[in-house]
Amino acid sequence: MGLANTHIQSGASTEQTDGNIITTTIDKVVNWGRKNSLWPMPFGTACCAIEMMATLASKFDLSRFGSEAIRFSPRQSDLLIVSGRISIKMMPVLKRIYDQMPDPKWVISMGACASCGGVFDTYTLIQGVDQFLPVDVYIPGCPPRPEDLIDAVMQVQRQIQKGELPKGSEVAYNE
Amino acid sequence: MQGKMERTTGEKMVLNFGPQHPATHGTLRIVLELDGESILKATPHAGYLHTGFEKLGEHLDYNQYIVVTDRMNYLSPLSNNFGYVLAVEQLLGIEVPKRCQYIRILMAELSRLADHLLWLGTAALDLGAFSVFLYSFREREKLYSIFEKTTGARLTTSYTRVGGVFRDLYDGFETDARDFITNFPKALKETHTLLTRNRIWMDRTKGVGAISPEDAINYGLTGPCLRATGVAHDIRKAEPYSSYDEMKFDVPVGTNGDAYDRYLVRMEEMIQSCGIVGQALDNLPDGPFSVEDNKIMMPDKSDAYGHIEGLIHHFKIVMDGHGVQPPTGDHYCATESPNGELGFYIVSDGSGTAYRIRIRPPSFFHFQALPHMLEGGMVSDTVAVLGSLNVIAGELDR
Amino acid sequence: MSEEKEVTEETQPIVLEKLREKFADALLADAETSNGVAVVVNKDNSYALLEYLKTELAYAFLVDVTAVDNSNLESELMQYDYARFMVVYHLYTFEGETPRIRVKVPVHEKDLKVTSVTTLWKGANWLERETHDMFGIDFEGHPDLRRILMPDDFEGHPLRKDYPLRGRGERERFNFEKQNV
Ligand code: SF4
Repeated sequence: MGLANTHIQSGASTEQTDGNIITTTIDKVVNWGRKNSLWPMPFGTACCAIEMMATLASKFDLSRFGSEAIRFSPRQSDLLIVSGRISIKMMPVLKRIYDQMPDPKWVISMGACASCGGVFDTYTLIQGVDQFLPVDVYIPGCPPRPEDLIDAVMQVQRQIQKGELPKGSEVAYNE
Repeated sequence: MQGKMERTTGEKMVLNFGPQHPATHGTLRIVLELDGESILKATPHAGYLHTGFEKLGEHLDYNQYIVVTDRMNYLSPLSNNFGYVLAVEQLLGIEVPKRCQYIRILMAELSRLADHLLWLGTAALDLGAFSVFLYSFREREKLYSIFEKTTGARLTTSYTRVGGVFRDLYDGFETDARDFITNFPKALKETHTLLTRNRIWMDRTKGVGAISPEDAINYGLTGPCLRATGVAHDIRKAEPYSSYDEMKFDVPVGTNGDAYDRYLVRMEEMIQSCGIVGQALDNLPDGPFSVEDNKIMMPDKSDAYGHIEGLIHHFKIVMDGHGVQPPTGDHYCATESPNGELGFYIVSDGSGTAYRIRIRPPSFFHFQALPHMLEGGMVSDTVAVLGSLNVIAGELDR
Repeated sequence: MSEEKEVTEETQPIVLEKLREKFADALLADAETSNGVAVVVNKDNSYALLEYLKTELAYAFLVDVTAVDNSNLESELMQYDYARFMVVYHLYTFEGETPRIRVKVPVHEKDLKVTSVTTLWKGANWLERETHDMFGIDFEGHPDLRRILMPDDFEGHPLRKDYPLRGRGERERFNFEKQNV
């Protein structure tokens, strides 16, 4: 799709002519729009979910980054935030939710537990959801601070702006 | 919306509610059998967040396990820290200094406020009152900043140690806490105006999910859910631990045991907690903040780095087989956590690691009693009832 | 047991006296603890004793049901004729001098059955299910004895002492494609 050769600094305005005409490619416009209207699907199970709620609430306010439209239906969202411990009983649910999300979709793995099992090296806990899902951004911390989550969302936005495909789509697109 | 609706078709429909549903806060799952809109049968499922806390307790030493107790109840980690170390201390047969007891009470009550605030925000959010969520998180952030200044972490505090707390309160604590408890009742008033006499809120919670006192006891409900039925049982009063016998506070009770009463009881408990915090601040004794026994409590960091004895004591505590070693035996210790009776049953074999740790979580019983409260009601009540119970999945599944 | 001091005749709680009288043969041991009493009763009389406690002695509140795997605890094993498990009940009363009572029931590995108390307390239902799930102890008369915390097709009982902390590879091998939701 020619995305690899484009360089965008910010927004969609790449080349401005004398008048008020902006020329750009469809891709860039789409990416610009997509980046600023990520709809997260919060898959919060444990303590990290509380910090995720704090991120959405008054003080930190994720809506400053265009991502406040929390959707609990996977079919309407394009950013999966896995926050919390995932047990072997929960993993099939998570997998199914991921599968239901429309492409392109990004995955943030929030916190030590989702990323690697954290302090719980026990019989029931998945040692990192990346064994089963393609994760785009990891957030360290137990729990990560709300700022960390905001940073991760921004990182996803940067990836989108650059036109990079999410990890999960790479295989599908290349074929 | 209350009471039984007439059978519509006689055909049953099965509705799977959760585990990923906004009102289940992550990991609860209820399978509802419906006839039209009325619930014939509800089957809650647990275990989606089972982490193996009890097994882990057999592999971590007594002080290491404090970290795990945070993650069990992420709404009020400080009261879990408190309940656990109290159990170990009773097993050891030691009593911590007065100042430490007061500090722990302060933190436990502040975390009760934090718990109830989060419950309030999410329960209201589930029923569509979004502004309450924002208001209560605004207050919660203030508490977070107090916690962070005291313990170094917002959520996973790990503040207590067997034999004390790991550091004293910071200098401006009293000002911050007083500030909070003077302004908080005003902020709570805002919520009262938004909800308490609100027609929608009342319609959706009054008479919904009611349970009688006998059934509540039979099901093992504790905490605000039990008190909402009219049973004035509070472990802080019934078996005062730490220095709770020196505090004056009321135990609010409800009458109907429905979702609305649970709401009112929690709202009043917050005011009472503010009172306890005020009293504890007034009478905060001076003195050491942890036991002065080098076999139990880690020496101060400056000691560990500056003196050879300090270093030896430090080393001995962290070494396997030299740290805290309660005598052989078993002990059950219950504390009043924000949600109800939080019990730790610890079996010791005399080594530095517990032989078995059993946690008696309040949420387990509340979630179990859910069918009793739901059956015969309407689908839409499910969210209201579940919200009013404040089931914490981390504690439920352990 | 350390905090359970030897009871002298005078200071004995009434509960203990009554239990000794009624269940003279069934009681294997009893002691006073810091916040109540603890008794060990044989398996055949556990239900009767718990029922007696609930109906006659006002221990209306079932606090907890759990179990302990004693296989690494030689002293406990020897004491009760090599019974591997100990099912532990905690009861509470809103009235009276001795608020808490702990009832322990030794269970042999060959005969992993205890009478269920779900008929006495509705709250016992899940507690017994959990004990079943974690230790593999069967509760006779339980209406719905399924796994509760682990997935239905899980094998093994995690809280037994011979089950390793990191599991037996379930978390890697588990069938995640299966649609059990
Ligand atoms: S990473 Fe830490 S805070 Fe997050 S879910 Fe795991 S234990 Fe809880």
